[in-house]
Formats: sequence, C-alpha cells, structure tokens
Amino acid sequence: MPTILAVDDSASMRQMVTFTLKGAGFTVIDAVDGVDALAKAKTAKVDLVLTDVNMPRMDGISLIKELRALPNFKFTPILMLTTESGTGKKTEGKSAGATGWIVKPFNPDQLLATIKKVLG
Amino acid sequence: MNMIQGLESDSLAENSEGNQYLTFLLAGEEYGVDILRVQEIKGWDNVTMIPNTPDYIKGVINLRGTIVPIVDLRARFSLETIPYGITTVVIVLRVNSDNGSRIMGIVVDAVSEVYNISEEALKQAPDFGQAISTDFVMGLGTVDDKMIIVLDIDHLLNSSVLKAIADQGEKSA
Amino acid sequence: MSIDISQFLDTFYEESFEGLDTMETELLGLNPGEADAESINTIFRAAHSIKGGSGTFGLMNVADFTHVLETLLDEMRDGRREVIQPAVDLMLASVDVLREMLTALRNSEDVDTVRVAEVHDQLEALLKGGSADAEDEVVEDSGEADNAIGSSTAGWSIGFKPLSHLFKTGNDPVRIIKELSELGAIKASADLSAMPEFDLLDPEECCLAWQVELSGEVTEEQVKDVFSWVDEDCELVIEAISSAAAEEPEPPLSEPEAAPTPAPVAEADPTPPAESKPAEPKPVEAVAKKTVSAAAKKPQAAESGSIRVGIDKVDALINMVGELVITQSMLNQLGEDFTMDRVQRLQEGLSELERHTRELQENVMQIRMLPISFSFNRFPRLVHDLCSKLNKKIELKMSGENTELDKTVMEKIGDPMVHLVRNSLDHGIESPEDRLAKGKPETGILHLNAYHQGGNIVIEINDDGAGLNTDRILQKAIEKGIVGENESLSDEKIHELIFAPGFSTAEVVSDVSGRGVGMDVVKRNIRDLGGVVEVKSKKDAGSTFTIRLPLTLAILDGQLVRLGDETYIVPLVSIIESLQIKAENVNSIAGGAELYKLREEYLPIIRLHEVFEITPVNTELVNGLLVVVEGDGQQAGIFVDDLLGQQQVVIKSLETNYKKVEGLSGATILGDGTVALILDVAGLVTLSRERVKALKNQAAVA
Repeated sequence: MPTILAVDDSASMRQMVTFTLKGAGFTVIDAVDGVDALAKAKTAKVDLVLTDVNMPRMDGISLIKELRALPNFKFTPILMLTTESGTGKKTEGKSAGATGWIVKPFNPDQLLATIKKVLG
Repeated sequence: MNMIQGLESDSLAENSEGNQYLTFLLAGEEYGVDILRVQEIKGWDNVTMIPNTPDYIKGVINLRGTIVPIVDLRARFSLETIPYGITTVVIVLRVNSDNGSRIMGIVVDAVSEVYNISEEALKQAPDFGQAISTDFVMGLGTVDDKMIIVLDIDHLLNSSVLKAIADQGEKSA
Repeated sequence: MSIDISQFLDTFYEESFEGLDTMETELLGLNPGEADAESINTIFRAAHSIKGGSGTFGLMNVADFTHVLETLLDEMRDGRREVIQPAVDLMLASVDVLREMLTALRNSEDVDTVRVAEVHDQLEALLKGGSADAEDEVVEDSGEADNAIGSSTAGWSIGFKPLSHLFKTGNDPVRIIKELSELGAIKASADLSAMPEFDLLDPEECCLAWQVELSGEVTEEQVKDVFSWVDEDCELVIEAISSAAAEEPEPPLSEPEAAPTPAPVAEADPTPPAESKPAEPKPVEAVAKKTVSAAAKKPQAAESGSIRVGIDKVDALINMVGELVITQSMLNQLGEDFTMDRVQRLQEGLSELERHTRELQENVMQIRMLPISFSFNRFPRLVHDLCSKLNKKIELKMSGENTELDKTVMEKIGDPMVHLVRNSLDHGIESPEDRLAKGKPETGILHLNAYHQGGNIVIEINDDGAGLNTDRILQKAIEKGIVGENESLSDEKIHELIFAPGFSTAEVVSDVSGRGVGMDVVKRNIRDLGGVVEVKSKKDAGSTFTIRLPLTLAILDGQLVRLGDETYIVPLVSIIESLQIKAENVNSIAGGAELYKLREEYLPIIRLHEVFEITPVNTELVNGLLVVVEGDGQQAGIFVDDLLGQQQVVIKSLETNYKKVEGLSGATILGDGTVALILDVAGLVTLSRERVKALKNQAAVA
C-alpha cells in the first residue's frame, strides 16, 4: 500500500487525516511542521505528500521547495492543504513545485477521492 | 403505591432483556435481584464502621482498592438481626441513580438460586406495611410454588444513602 | 460511507484553547507602532488554525467569526494594516469571544450569539474603516461563471500539450486523461511529433501531447476543472464539438488574474475615526466585565480530563514496571518452596520490592505535575485589563513559573489566586496620584512567586501597595462581633481576621473583587486542598499573601492512632504534638465538655467516640494520649488510646460509593487490607465545638 506523508501543525487535523487514510489502507507518516517532515522524508519511501501551508519553523511552501530538491521527491505528488482565500498561496505553491491542492475545509471523503485520483 | 406504575417504570424496561434474578434468603423469605446488577458475591468480612450512620449501614469494606459501603438488609427492613455466620454472604451490586452509579453491598442470610422470571409473571405486590415500602419491590414472582419478592435495588439502596444523609441532618440540627 | 471525525473534536478543542492562549500572550506583548513581525505571524497562524479546524469539524459559527479576525491579521502581517492599540484591544476581545464560543460548544451549551455578533460587527467595521490597501480576492470566480453559462454540448475536443517540466510538478498526464474519461467517453490519441531521438531522450521531461475527444453531457467548467492543477504547466485548447457558437480558444497560459477592484478607500466611510472611538472603550469595558465570566469559565475549559506526558516519562515508567514484575515473580518463586533458611533472600526481595514501588510511585506522581506557569499565564491579561479599568499603573513580575505542582491542585488554586490578585490590585495598590503623593513610583509592582519547600509548594502574591488597614480591620471585626471590644491583639492576629467568615471591609463592594466571594472562601478552598494561607502586611509598604499547598492530593503523611478497636489516621500536617495525659490538667466544664491545660492555653478535648457516636472501649483519659492538632484556626486535643506508626497513605474517597461524612476526609487501605478512616481535623474541631455548644445549651435549659 502506498505511503503518505501528512504534514500539519494542528494535531486534530493530523489525527483526522491519519485516521481517514489509514482506514483506507494507506500507510501514513505524520509530521508537525516542515522541519519534521523534511527529516522524515529523507529516510522514508513516500508515494504522496499532503502538507498544510501555514506552519511554524518551516512553512508548506518552503517544504515543497526543499522536497523537490531531494532526488527521491522529484516527481512525487505533493498536495497543499489550503484555504479558499489563498489564491496567492496556490500560485506560490505551484512555483515551488506543488502538484496540486485540496481546499480547506474538506471532509474525509473528499480527501480520499482526491488522493485516489492522484495515486491512480 | 401503584405497583402497575412500577411495572411500567424504566427500571423494569431495563430488566425486560435480562429476566434472570439472583435470589437470596432473608429471615425465611426469598428475595430476588436483577442478575445483571450483581457484581460479585463475597463471604462476610470485617467492616470498618463509619461514624454517625444508621444501624443498617454496617460500615465500609475494601473491595480491591475501592471503598464500598455495606447495608444490612435485615436492619434495613427492621427485621430481627442475627449474628453473622458461615453462610452469611455479601452480595456486591451496581446501583444506578441520576448521578451515575455506585457499588454497594448487602448482607443477606444466604444465596439461593438464579431463576428466570418473565415480565408477565411478575405480579403486583400488596402493601407490606411500613418496613418494606412497596417502592423497593418491583413485583412478586412465583417459581416452583415459591414466592420470590423481586427488589428494586436502585430505589432500595439509593434511598438508604439518602435517608442516612437526612438522618444525619436531623441529628446536627 | 461516511467517516466520523467527531472523535477528534476533543483534540481540536484543546489545541484551539492553547492557540487562544498563545494569541492572547502575543497580543499582550505587541507594542503598537513597533509590532514584532514574528509575533504577528504567530497570532495569525493560531487564528488560521482555529479557522481551518473549525471549518473541518463543522463549527461554522466559529469559522465565520475567526475569518474576519484572520483577515485583519493577514493584513497586519503583510504590512497592509497598521497595528494600533484599538485593534489590539478588539482582537483581545475576540479571543475572549472565541474562548466562550468554544467552551459553550464543547459543553453542548448555547453560544451567546448576541455577544458574538457584537464583536464580529466591530471587527468588520475595523476591517472596512481601517487603513488597508484592500486587495480584492473575491473576484476570481465571476470570470469563470460567464464561461460556464455556455452549458453542456455534445462533447469537447481537447488539445493537451504539457510543457516539458510537467513531470516535475508530480503530475501525470495519464492520470489527467483518466480523470477526463470519468466525465464521459473518450478517444485519445498521442502526438509524438516532439519526441527526440532515443539517445537524446530525457525521461524527466515530457515531450508528448494528446488530443482527446470527449463525448457526453459535460460542461466546459468540468473539463477545465480536470486541468485546474496544471493550467500553467501546459498548453490547453478546449473546443466544443458540434456546437453552433464556436468557443474562443482558451489562452494557452494561466487564467487572467482578476483585476483588483479599486479599493473603496475613497468611499467615504464618513466616520472612521468616530467609529473606532466608540469601539475603543467598549471592548475594554466589555473585556473587563467578561474577564469575570471568562476567568470563571476558563477553569472549566482548563479542567480537561487529559494530560500531556513526555514519551520519555512513559518509557521510564514502563521500565520500572518491568523491574517490579521481575521482583514480584522472584518473590513468587521464593514463596512456592519456602524454607526458613531462605528468610534473608525473602527480606532482600521485599526490600527491593519496596524500592521499586516507591520509585514507581514517585514517578507516577510526577506525571500529574505541571509547571505553575499554566496558572500564572492568565495573570498578564488580568492585570492588563484591570489596569485600564481601575486607571492604575501596575507592573506584573512573575518568578518561579517552572515550579511544578499537581495538575488538579493547580486547577483548583486558580480561583483563589485570582481573588487574591484582584484584591491586591483593587485595594492594595494605590492610584498613581496617591502613590506619587506618598513618594512612591507611579507604577505599582505585583509580584507572583512560587517555589518548593519541604513537601509543599509555596505561592507568594506580593504587592507594594498601601498594606492592610489594621485599624479598620479591627473596627470592622468588633462591629461584627468577631472579637471583643477589649481584646488586645497583635497586628498579625488582626491581619488574620480578614479570613474570618462574613468579613469584608470594602465600603463599596466593587465588582472587581467580586461580590460575596470573601477571603474566607479563599481560605476554605485552600484548606480543602490541604493547604494554608497567611498574610503579612506593612502600612504603605505592601502586603504578601502566602499560600502553602501539598504537592499532591492523593497521598498524605499520616499518623496512625488506635481508639478502642478502630484505627484512624491523623494527617501529620495537622499534628502539633502528642503527649501523655496528666489528670491534673483536665478540667471539666458545664455540660460535659472537657478542656486540657497545655502550658498557658486551654484546649478542648475531642473524644472521638462521642463525636462519632461509637461505643468506646477505653474511657479513662489518663490511660491514653492526647494528640494536639490544629484545624480551622483552632487547636484541640484528640484523645486516643495509642499511637501506632507513621506512614504515607493513599487517600480513598468515601463519596464515590457512599457519601461525605462529617469529620472524615476519606479512607485508606492499610497493609493488612482493612479500611482505616482519615480524620478531617478542621471538620472535627468544628463538630466538637458545635457539640459543646449544644451541650451547654442543654445544660442551660435543664
């Protein structure tokens, strides 16, 4: 089963996402911010990354840039979790190398549908 | 008290799933309690007396780390009390109230049997007089020609505690 | 299939309350004019998280409210909005409102929608009337709406040419085409014309293109949606099939950014300055008032049933339990085939058991310990709000915030501490004018300090204000009959009188210090925690309130005593001394009460069996011992037959399955498995005193 790296500084969001994804059979690695995610990404085989944008220490956009610089993450799908008002963020994310985005707030079904679509 | 109301009360509705009753002997009569409420049965052990309590509250025991009060039913029903012997038994029950549940124990003469008594078979009890208020009795059942007095454990034990609080209030007044 | 995410609500509430605390702390630290960018960012992120989470979990009222707050903060962090005091105050008020909303939602209570709307409107007003270069982000949709009206046709002919870097965005053309196929029947053909020679082929670059014929009732909107992630990374041509009006080919590059609507700055909001003015005193006042309920409600929210434990602590515990298990099985083995020559091994085993158990106990107790900063953290806000309300200048100093204490004790000491602090601010520290007149600096100092001493935690609340008014206190006490007219009391004793029931010297009961919550309630609450409170004061120099609390509620050091057949526990902290009873020191007074002459004082003798109405075994005082105790501000002597050992006992509740009994503070289980009752010394002293009074009255009537 594919492994998903889920990054969000909100514990409740992490719990909700992890629970939803695990329930669908995915393996989940979770991280609390960009720094944590980067460290974990370097030693794990990840098939998809889900990341929040606003996080302390290292935000989502910086994380995407750093991930894309890693050889294993050149082509990995990276999805941003962003709020609707953040058009600027979507553009920034894309420039940083994001694959796409999921708009917050989302429900578990929407999350799963998008991930399944991306992972095929 | 209108026992028909009692039959339709919530506590009976709870019972309709488990119509099994554990029966025990007390001064020659056989009483029954809902088996689902029985947590365990112990032999009589020493209690620690609690001050300023009515005589039917013997005291408290240590039940695996929890403090559990023990009620002497003979005293509660104003029957003659007898010395405790080898067959004296404490039935530990889970008692429900609006505030949650408590664990309490009752001292009885001896444990008898487990019987099935269906709702329909429970008959209205006549007035027993002052000692055993019909509030405490859910109904009368008949098994093998024996009369079983089925007790409403919540009413009986909760009221015992409340009465103890009330009595104490009177004393300090 | 629907996944229930309400199980994560608790976590959301907890992290939201934490986020609100962070927002509050940072807001209080903001200096208008030189606002720290990192600070604003932190506040923004906290608000953003709460907005996101509340939306996800369906708490739309919270999401809507937070949205305006977040927008303000976003403007501030981008430098598009000035950070001014009224804005900060309004945001502080918003934090309060959010706290109330979340608490109400968590407890399934009604949200105060009036209050929410009030502050929400103020936020909106600030947003509109403020100096923001409004960047309208709303417009994006309207552009697309027009095209969507084009409605569905029989199908679309889609030319999809990814730019060479498409793979590096993690997107896969095959996946996109698959998605198209879910909209309707497709016929796709690949265009290989751009492919180079194989040995020049870079597999990381995309050089293919596709033409997809999609048939079905599909709107252009739906087609565009499929490409929404890659619209900047490809050339896209969407043409309708068999449609009368030819669609204009889409521009190959990104959709035009919506032209920013000219900011309505010129739009005269006729009263921006006037608007902010009424907004200003309102939030502060509303805040001060709300502080009462917020402070009252905060402990509710804080009293959560969970605790965060570092994983290292848990691992340490697991190790200790492991060692305990090993020792236990060793003892088991010893017991199976025991012979007397193995007694030493048994003793060694038992002593190891004791060591492991003690270690385990200490470490588990440690888990419930949290630094007192959790409690202290509410005070900057409190002081800030009261300062404005009372027009005083007060600086708050805190030290010893890292001092740890039991979580439950901390939750329960919150209210008493708030009361004492309020008292210092209201009655202790003088107004700036008064202070200057006395030659003191204008700004008063309130100092909160905490440290460990013995097995206790000591909390000091010190102010450099006017000090207690000794004369007025004495006067009031005499008026209330608490002391006799001719009694001579030391200053300390007079100061202690403020803790007497029903005592209040404030002429006007200010709502700052609270109505009906007197010092006696504070003292009682602290006593219920097994602690004591004292006051030291000097005129014009200030006052210091000292609270002493045991580090834990669940265990106490007890002295075992025997009375007849029963064993009781007397808390060591209440015992002053124990002595052999000398007959000549025993005096009886009318009505059956007995007093013992100890040095210069007369102590009432408490015969437990009389107070508890148990049949005594030994009634001869001279054969027994007197345990001198202090409770409820009074001393007394408890008559016992024998002193047994001292030990730490675990307090077990009587109320769980039975009820509270006067004179007892609980029960414990002794080593032999029997139950011993723990005496409540203060309660006993009161009980005994009332009994004596009753007996006196009876004797008087007889």
